[in-house]
Amino acid sequence: MTPILEVHQVSKSFGGVVANKDVSLAVPPGKIYGLIGPNGSGKTTLFNSIVGQHPVDKGSIRFAGREITRLRVPQIARLGVLRTFQQTRIYRGMTCLQNMLISVPPSELTWRSVYRRSSPAEERKAEDLLHFVGLHAKRHLPGGDLSFGQQKLLEFAMALMSQPKMLLLDEPTAGINPTLINGLLERLRQANQELGITLLVIEHNMRVIMQLAEYIYCLAHGELLAEGKPEEVQKDQRVLDAYLGAT
Amino acid sequence: MDNLRLLFSAPPLSLQLLLDGILIGAIFALAAYGMALVWGVMGLINVAQGELVMLGGYAAYFLYRAGIHPLLGVPVAAILLFFLGWGLYRSVMFRVVDKDLFISILATYGLSILLQQLANGLFGANVRTAESGFGTLVLLGGAVTIAEIKLISFVAALLTGAALLVFLRRSRMGQAIRATAQNARAARVMGIDTDRVYAWTFGINAAICGASGALVAMTWIVHPYLGLPYTVRSFMIVILAGLGNVVGVLVAALGLGVAENFAGFILGAEYQAAFIFGLLVVILVWRRFSLARQRRYLT
Amino acid sequence: MKLPPARELAIPAVILAFGLAFPALAPAYRSQMAFLWVMVVFALTWDLLGGQMGYNSFGNIVFFGVGMYACVVVQRDLHLGYYSTLFLGMAVGAVLAVAVAALIGSGLLGLRGHYFAIGTLGIGIAAGELASGWDFVGGGGGMVPPLFPGAVGGRETFFYYLAFALAVITFPVLRWLYSGRFGLAINAIRDDEDKAEAMGLRTTQYKTIAWCVSAVFLGLMGGVVGNLVGFIDPREVAFAGSTFGVWMVLMAILGGKGTLWGPVLGAAIFHVTKELFWTYLLGWQRVALGLLIVVIVVFFPRGILGWARERWPERFGQGVDEAASEGGR
Repeated sequence: MTPILEVHQVSKSFGGVVANKDVSLAVPPGKIYGLIGPNGSGKTTLFNSIVGQHPVDKGSIRFAGREITRLRVPQIARLGVLRTFQQTRIYRGMTCLQNMLISVPPSELTWRSVYRRSSPAEERKAEDLLHFVGLHAKRHLPGGDLSFGQQKLLEFAMALMSQPKMLLLDEPTAGINPTLINGLLERLRQANQELGITLLVIEHNMRVIMQLAEYIYCLAHGELLAEGKPEEVQKDQRVLDAYLGAT
Repeated sequence: MDNLRLLFSAPPLSLQLLLDGILIGAIFALAAYGMALVWGVMGLINVAQGELVMLGGYAAYFLYRAGIHPLLGVPVAAILLFFLGWGLYRSVMFRVVDKDLFISILATYGLSILLQQLANGLFGANVRTAESGFGTLVLLGGAVTIAEIKLISFVAALLTGAALLVFLRRSRMGQAIRATAQNARAARVMGIDTDRVYAWTFGINAAICGASGALVAMTWIVHPYLGLPYTVRSFMIVILAGLGNVVGVLVAALGLGVAENFAGFILGAEYQAAFIFGLLVVILVWRRFSLARQRRYLT
Repeated sequence: MKLPPARELAIPAVILAFGLAFPALAPAYRSQMAFLWVMVVFALTWDLLGGQMGYNSFGNIVFFGVGMYACVVVQRDLHLGYYSTLFLGMAVGAVLAVAVAALIGSGLLGLRGHYFAIGTLGIGIAAGELASGWDFVGGGGGMVPPLFPGAVGGRETFFYYLAFALAVITFPVLRWLYSGRFGLAINAIRDDEDKAEAMGLRTTQYKTIAWCVSAVFLGLMGGVVGNLVGFIDPREVAFAGSTFGVWMVLMAILGGKGTLWGPVLGAAIFHVTKELFWTYLLGWQRVALGLLIVVIVVFFPRGILGWARERWPERFGQGVDEAASEGGR
């Protein structure tokens, strides 16, 4: 089965600092894969490279068999690769409902149809997804008025609304009340199983990622350190050393 | 382009334009430093920068009218403008410091209109000069002339800039200012009164503008509508050089002085203003496209 | 396009009636009142870019000036009868304004925040300087549009109604733009342009369209004002960057940027106040104006409707809906 995402020998430096070096990974379609590593190991930089936020110095990235290394952010997003942000980004001045309505799949916003009002079907879908993440009662509140955890949920709902083929999640459980984490994981699994969205998840919470992912890549110092099923990676001495700081 | 041909046929002319440009560039550098200071420390873009320069010029002019040598106008203007800047901060600017940058642009724009029109109403629209009575240096057997006052202004500008740098490095307030520029919240936690720092910063900026204005009044002219081109020049220099870049500001300022001089000669004086603003746009767009290749944005 | 309920039509109807009747009610103030409608269009078109999309432009005046010059040049050089050349000139002005918008947009719309603001300021002033040096359009001496055929005083009335008509058309067009997903898209660009891009929105396309829509209305209005004033000065009338160009920003802020009625309200208040300053504070009117600007920006940055929206969010469609209903608003 061709992987839906193939990252091949990607390197990226900022000035003199090497953020990623010869990183290669592959994610098959429909799976949930994890990306772990201590702080500063280059996980978010890799995400940014994949979605086109900055050009890479070396290497190639393919999505659904198509070369996307040189494409810009909006183009890659329109191919169906979306990402959530570590600091959680939503449209703070717009209501939750409006945030959802502008997150319809980009293919539906043609140069003619973009001037139409949102259709009742779109509004229903938006409200259903808001129910799904428990924000329906707050749909008329400006996004900026939500708590951090609620904004994270809104960002997730917006991503679902866009019906991506693949979703890159940057620390989806960070800052979430521990009692709500299981609920979020359930929703992630549901999105993966029912909607077929491939997930690549950066996580610091080991319990979460071991439960969620079928396969894990571990970065350290910008390079791929180890990979494998959760049980294997958990016991890998190199991974343990990386996290504990021993070199 | 007859003027362009003239430049090639008479090299001393180019030398003249170059020298004149460098000499005035130092004064541009002063105003630019002030703008960079306020921008870096307070996060404000002061659109009234040029009007502060203008007021400094009038201070020197009135001293000259009172029989005092306008060179003394440099420190006097600096002191007077310092208090004006301090006062402006305490009355108006303090409300704008923590708002977004666009609001500060508009607020200082309003201020610039206010100051400009006050000057127009109080002093009249006539063009004035503060005569300093210096002679002219003649070089290269008469091919190049330098007004001594321009040379003196150049040196005075450099000295003032150096004094500013020493102040920022050595004095306690200077250090407080630099700390606040790096991280205002941390500075507050360390016990620095950031409000006072801002007042001092704005005052110092006004003082620098006042000093450069005095030099402008002596070396060229002063009139109420002098301001906007100086504001634009300061802004251009700062974005070319970058906020923290001391040497860069000087180089960019001198470069701008020279470029403007040549443009004024080649294109004609009427187009000199268009050149300045056009250059601003070109710089911004060039920066934008060069950053776009790295998929970054000017922030 | 279905019409809103009668209650919502009340205020627009009153304004419409007032605007139509004004020249008969107070003929001495026709020109000043015409400028009120000009200000309304200034504020509305600025708000499209600044308030709704977050691109604070100080250069919209370029479109206005381009439209004005184009119109009067057509009127000067084509001789097809007064009204034909006038409307043709206005059309050419609008088209040229859009062309200029597309051209400078490709460079300037890639700038963000205050760099965009200052870049557009530079363009606005450079345009004025260039126009005053270009002899084809009269250089520093400006141009004079052809004489209005008809009775004395007919010109003020005619162009009053033209300005009024333009304002009346601009409002519903913008309202329609904001009601669709395009309106959501430009708000998204305002709130977080990087996020909008990351979600696949065609930000460049939307920004350019907004920019061009502003250009059309401003270009048309340029032709109107050039003929209303009867004289085109490159710096004071056409590319009046430091007056009109900045006032359009202030009016939108005063009324409440990012709202539909805010710019209209702000334009009305600002214009009337300014006229009062000019009448009663002669000699110091500009000082008073500078003071007014500082006061607006420092004390009313959110504007009247912005303040109202914070005070009464439900009236603006915001608030928590505790009754967890299934749909509808």
